[in-house]
Amino acid sequence: MSIDISQFLQTFYEESFEGLDIMESELLNLNVGSADKETINTIFRAAHSIKGGSGTFGLSSVADYTHVLETLLDEMRDGKRDVSQYSVDLMLQSVDVLREMLSALQSSEDLEHDRIASSHKQLTDLLSEGSSSSNEIDESVSSVEGNKENQSNGGWLIDFTPFPNLMKTGNDPVRIIRELDELGDLKIELDDEKIPSTDEIDPENCYLSWKLTLQTEADEETIKDVFAWVDDECDLKITPLVVSGEYTGPDRRDSQPVGQDRQIANRRSASKEQSSIRVGTDKVDDLINMVGELVITQSMLHQLHDVEEFNQHTLERLQDGLAQLEQHTRELQENVMRIRMMPISFAFQRFPRLVRDLSNQLGKSIELKLTGEQTELDKTVMEKIGDPLVHLVRNSLDHGIEMPDVRSEAGKPETGTIELNAFHQGGNIVIEIKDDGAGLNTNKILQKAKDNGLVKETDTLTKEQINDLIFQPGFSTADVVSDVSGRGVGMDVVRRNIRALNGTVDVSSSPGVGSVFTIRLPLTLAILDGQLVRVGNETYVVPLISIIESLQVKSEFVNAVTGSAEVYKLRNEYIPILRLYEVFDIEPDTKNLTKGMLVVVESEGQKIAIFVDELLSQQQVVIKSLETNFKKIDGLSGATILGDGTVALIADIVGLYHLYQKNIVPSELKVIHGGGVAA
Amino acid sequence: MTDAVAVAEDKENEDTETREFLTFMLAGEEYGVDILRVQEIKGWDSVTNIPNTPDYIRGVINLRGTIVPIIDMRLRFNLEQLEYGPTTVVIVLKVEKDSETVRTMGVVVDAVSDVHDVPTSQIKASPDFGTTVDMEFVKGLATVGEKMVIVLDIDHMLNSNELASLESIVNE
Amino acid sequence: MATRILAVDDSASMRQMVTFTLKGAGYDVEEAADGQQALDKAKGGKFDLVLSDVNMPVMDGITLIKELRTLSNYKFTPILMLTTESTGDKKSEGKTAGATGWIVKPFNPDQLLTTIKKVLG
Repeated sequence: MSIDISQFLQTFYEESFEGLDIMESELLNLNVGSADKETINTIFRAAHSIKGGSGTFGLSSVADYTHVLETLLDEMRDGKRDVSQYSVDLMLQSVDVLREMLSALQSSEDLEHDRIASSHKQLTDLLSEGSSSSNEIDESVSSVEGNKENQSNGGWLIDFTPFPNLMKTGNDPVRIIRELDELGDLKIELDDEKIPSTDEIDPENCYLSWKLTLQTEADEETIKDVFAWVDDECDLKITPLVVSGEYTGPDRRDSQPVGQDRQIANRRSASKEQSSIRVGTDKVDDLINMVGELVITQSMLHQLHDVEEFNQHTLERLQDGLAQLEQHTRELQENVMRIRMMPISFAFQRFPRLVRDLSNQLGKSIELKLTGEQTELDKTVMEKIGDPLVHLVRNSLDHGIEMPDVRSEAGKPETGTIELNAFHQGGNIVIEIKDDGAGLNTNKILQKAKDNGLVKETDTLTKEQINDLIFQPGFSTADVVSDVSGRGVGMDVVRRNIRALNGTVDVSSSPGVGSVFTIRLPLTLAILDGQLVRVGNETYVVPLISIIESLQVKSEFVNAVTGSAEVYKLRNEYIPILRLYEVFDIEPDTKNLTKGMLVVVESEGQKIAIFVDELLSQQQVVIKSLETNFKKIDGLSGATILGDGTVALIADIVGLYHLYQKNIVPSELKVIHGGGVAA
Repeated sequence: MTDAVAVAEDKENEDTETREFLTFMLAGEEYGVDILRVQEIKGWDSVTNIPNTPDYIRGVINLRGTIVPIIDMRLRFNLEQLEYGPTTVVIVLKVEKDSETVRTMGVVVDAVSDVHDVPTSQIKASPDFGTTVDMEFVKGLATVGEKMVIVLDIDHMLNSNELASLESIVNE
Repeated sequence: MATRILAVDDSASMRQMVTFTLKGAGYDVEEAADGQQALDKAKGGKFDLVLSDVNMPVMDGITLIKELRTLSNYKFTPILMLTTESTGDKKSEGKTAGATGWIVKPFNPDQLLTTIKKVLG
């Protein structure tokens, strides 16, 4: 029988990553010096599970590495070892190493052997310090080889006298004897002398003993293995039979499942990576209830199926049924979406560690406050928001919060504060990263932008427009406010990644008081709140999140700049007008601006006014990918299916703007609206 | 599924068994596609236009919840455009983008013709038969009784740059 | 009636592997993710064999074995611990608590089946 255990690997990886997250957060909770035993136990358990699983699933490199970690934790758990700052740091680092090892194995990439080996060595070094347990590792390694010296010469004489309570552990002498019988030729002599008189007999006790003669080539170790479980529950004497002849060849035991990492990883790579999701049973129960109600509604409607002519009564029932159907469908949709929702704490949990490590490294004193950790968002969004969040927090740590001496000079507490806050706001999730640091230095930013040619010397920009410049490509924040550790990646990447999630990121800042980065994201990537607009025969969906307002054109506010490009004067701003029919090359009802509507949208600090024939309804739409069966189209982020079954395309505001720039806008226009620096 | 199809093809080639082709008419000529690739046949219905794409991409339709692009074969082959009529149909095909990705696409043809069993030995890679179709997309030529059927390479034909993103599809 | 086995482990992948292996060999398998769950299930029905991890949250394996042995239904039921080499003293602790024996992790499905067949006869 052969079972392909690689099928359980995915589960193993998932639970291991969860285990590592637990280890990390619990390690951060550990009080050096007076560590809580239950906390250590929790950490131990996570390491232990990873070790056990990795061994079982043939990931020997992970098993070996975790073994040392586990031993270390075991000693701490038993009070044999103090919990030092160094050991906590080392273990935190090993959590990272393990995470990398597992991800590499999961995606069939090569392991970073050097890094693993050096981390492994640090752990073993720590282990051998003032502890005898390092011997134990060697022992466990060598025990695989087994003890081969004690070889039998023809067989063994075995005196087996169970203690009376042997059966109370579920053991059975007969099972043991049967097993010995399989090893060779067995002669059994039963000794029943110790059986007491009937009135004294305890039927739960064992009073028998055996003299066993086993002719076999098996070595003593093998015989002992048979008795291993009852070692403490019997008297056992194993003596060699007559010494005669020569024994040839060692008896090899079943080989251990080691060194299979590669094979399994390779086998896995053939299939596409799947991700799964853990869902609370309450959510599933809700769904089942929902479907139950839907079925009831369906059967109610079905009764009307055979009605030949509707009267007042049946018509009312039909209307009721349809109203119910609508309600249940909506509820079902909401509940299905809830399945994908997870609390943002999953994304937040890495920050205590990050802030701790980085503030140590930078010599700053920083307190991290997390609020709204239970705010839920879509799993996919969560996975993708992780990196941008790290970048922003790191940025606040690095460039926002000042050094302690600078802070006290400025009359601030030496310890800076970074707050991560999440909350829901009108169908979106808002994540704020707030620091009480120095704030953005607008003069420096403006100067740098001018040096880079992003802004002309003559331009006058508002404070907001200047702050927004940090999100421009090629505008590295590294030497804007401080120059501690330029991380290479700029804020433009952060904005691009958030934009890819149909989200936005903005910054507000006041000198000396601090900065707030605000990320707005749709709760899910699957559903979008949209404004339906019509151009000619086509219906498009404009994401509501980006709409500022919709208005009818007053011709006196339209200005044509250098002939072809038009802007609309809205209060104090000039907003470029994008005629959707031009960009999409379709036939509209009207080309006269005053006869249609302008939808003013903003994305990334860039406002544009989209000219359409008519506004239709606002509704939630389910986003369908165009790429599944087709390809990415510029200016569109996907498609959706409307109530009547037809397909409507979803506009991608940033993409539209790029199309517009490419096709229409003359270069002079860029100057007027400072934020819209060319890509 | 994909693999199964591929394996089946290889096997049949070796054994010189017969293969079934669905044939359709286009400007008087008969074309064949592997019947295993045909998902369904449906009548022409209105589509949603996709901006800034070539003419032959008529648009997309909703096929039971997925967005499926529709390609006009006459326009694709630069044939004369024909008003869609009662026989005009959309053949929905499963197109292999790569070994892992199967896409669903619809092609508009003049009419569905027949289903033929063709011995694989009868399919000839014939370089010079008189047809207006771009040779690039022709797998071979099959003789069915008196008739000649042009066997199309739909994977090649429906994965050109205009129809598929170059990078692999990461969605869903 | 098929032989019923209760598999107890806090690791989902281990449970999956054990269950898959045993079901494939024709056993009836129930799963529990910690000692307390296992105890509840054991009380709710009779199992012919209990396979239990040692380190688990809520109730560990040692406590589970002790608890099981106090139930008249499980006085002589084979209970195997799933242990690792490094936690050697757990074996004797488990034995004292009433465990029949142990299977050392890592094990592969074949090793698991061999041991279980041995115990169940």
